[in-house]
Amino acid sequence: MLRPRIIPCLLLHQGGLVKTDRFGNPKYVGDPVNAVRIFNEKEADEVIVVDIDATVEGREPNFPLIVQLARECRMPLCYGGGIRTVEQAKRIVGSGVEKVSISSAFVERPALVSEIAKEVGNQSVVVTLDVRKPRWGGDYEVCTHNGRRGTGRSLLEFAAEAEAAGAGELLINAIDRDGLMAGYDLELARAARAATHIPLTFLGGAGSLADIEQLIATCGVVGAAAGSLFVFKGAYRAVLITYPGVQQKEALLRDALGAAVPPALTPAAV
Amino acid sequence: MAENRRACDAVASVHRDVTRQRIKLVPNSWWREVITIVDYGLGNIDAFLNVYKRLNIPARRATSAAELRDAARIILPGVGHFDRAMKPLNDSGMRPVLDELVRQRRVPVLGVCVGMQMLAQGSDEGTELGLGWIDGRVRAFASWEPARHLPSPHMGWNDVRPTHGNRLFRHIEQDMRFYFLHSYYFECTHAEDVLAVAEYGAEFGCAVQHENVYGVQFHPEKSHRFGTQLLRNFAEA
Repeated sequence: MLRPRIIPCLLLHQGGLVKTDRFGNPKYVGDPVNAVRIFNEKEADEVIVVDIDATVEGREPNFPLIVQLARECRMPLCYGGGIRTVEQAKRIVGSGVEKVSISSAFVERPALVSEIAKEVGNQSVVVTLDVRKPRWGGDYEVCTHNGRRGTGRSLLEFAAEAEAAGAGELLINAIDRDGLMAGYDLELARAARAATHIPLTFLGGAGSLADIEQLIATCGVVGAAAGSLFVFKGAYRAVLITYPGVQQKEALLRDALGAAVPPALTPAAV
Repeated sequence: MAENRRACDAVASVHRDVTRQRIKLVPNSWWREVITIVDYGLGNIDAFLNVYKRLNIPARRATSAAELRDAARIILPGVGHFDRAMKPLNDSGMRPVLDELVRQRRVPVLGVCVGMQMLAQGSDEGTELGLGWIDGRVRAFASWEPARHLPSPHMGWNDVRPTHGNRLFRHIEQDMRFYFLHSYYFECTHAEDVLAVAEYGAEFGCAVQHENVYGVQFHPEKSHRFGTQLLRNFAEA
């Protein structure tokens, strides 16, 4: 049985690991390589590392750090932040990272995803969409530059475009839930699942394992990513890296999938 | 400073003891044989080297024919697009030596992910010829009826069921699971070459073996203790 993935998401800011709150207010939580070592020991399903400075500062991905992370990581690694060219993506995959995440560069030029997929294979290209529900209602809008720039276009529009361009996975990040630990946006999850045929991962809002269980029960086999949940403990948000144990995770997945009624997928066009 | 030095010496002596014990326990002198990982510019060589370093099994990378020549066991990694993996391997200058080692001298070889797909005669993903060491062809999930309605790529942790006993899965047969990330799968011409299956819509061969040639579709270097044990088994097989 293919299992849903429970994925810690680590944010890089000024050389350290941080956790944000609705995309602002970064709080230092530790050293990235050390965190990866801890998740190795805890047998995490996968790890996502995102450099939140690169695009905003207009600089290249931090290659020496990527090499170091890939070398340490005994689980699959997805890296995002500042990737704008095929060469950069090739270099990152070549240094042993399983997946590269493209976000603002995709929004500016979707064809980049096809070009990268041609070189490294579709399975290694993740398109990350940061989305926000406009205050006046309406469809989820895709934003870039850490949520500061709106695109004026909807999530479903970009999701279809990413799939057509050959992305192997969609990572959907709910900006307004970031750091709040109040649960995933299930409405968003349902809408995205029904509209796409590639693997999906949701990020933003997980505050407990019950939230993850709920997401899986809603969508079936998906990726459930979380930041705060795996780095903070208690009401005072003390920094402590945690991850569910093997037995606990198996029980959670069993219960969640038992309750799951995933929306039926129509056969993918061949 | 001196204290630190003493601590280091103590660690080194424990390390030596552990190594000695292992030599005693395993009489087959496998420890002198080096695992050689073929580095043609694709795939996570460091991840394999790291696993073997933790296991205390000597391993190294080969980037040229000269470095490959005396290999006792070979790992052929690979990621991405089939053609974009075959081409650099063919251009690396290692291909003739690799063929000689595997076909004439029967050196055990393990293909991983696209490295496994390269063992076939060819792939629907590209036009390059495969190595042809195991009879079969690589097909797309998208054109396979049972998996057509499922998200592609097949991504995540899946159960792996061995179809017959093999040393490769020693000590991990129970509840074995590995990390998969692929849109194409290996279709064996001879059913007996399938070593293990996984399910995605229906069962497909996710590990293959013919004589000294092994292949796994999943990523043992990224599959925690299951993968570590598998890589250890390959070193000791």
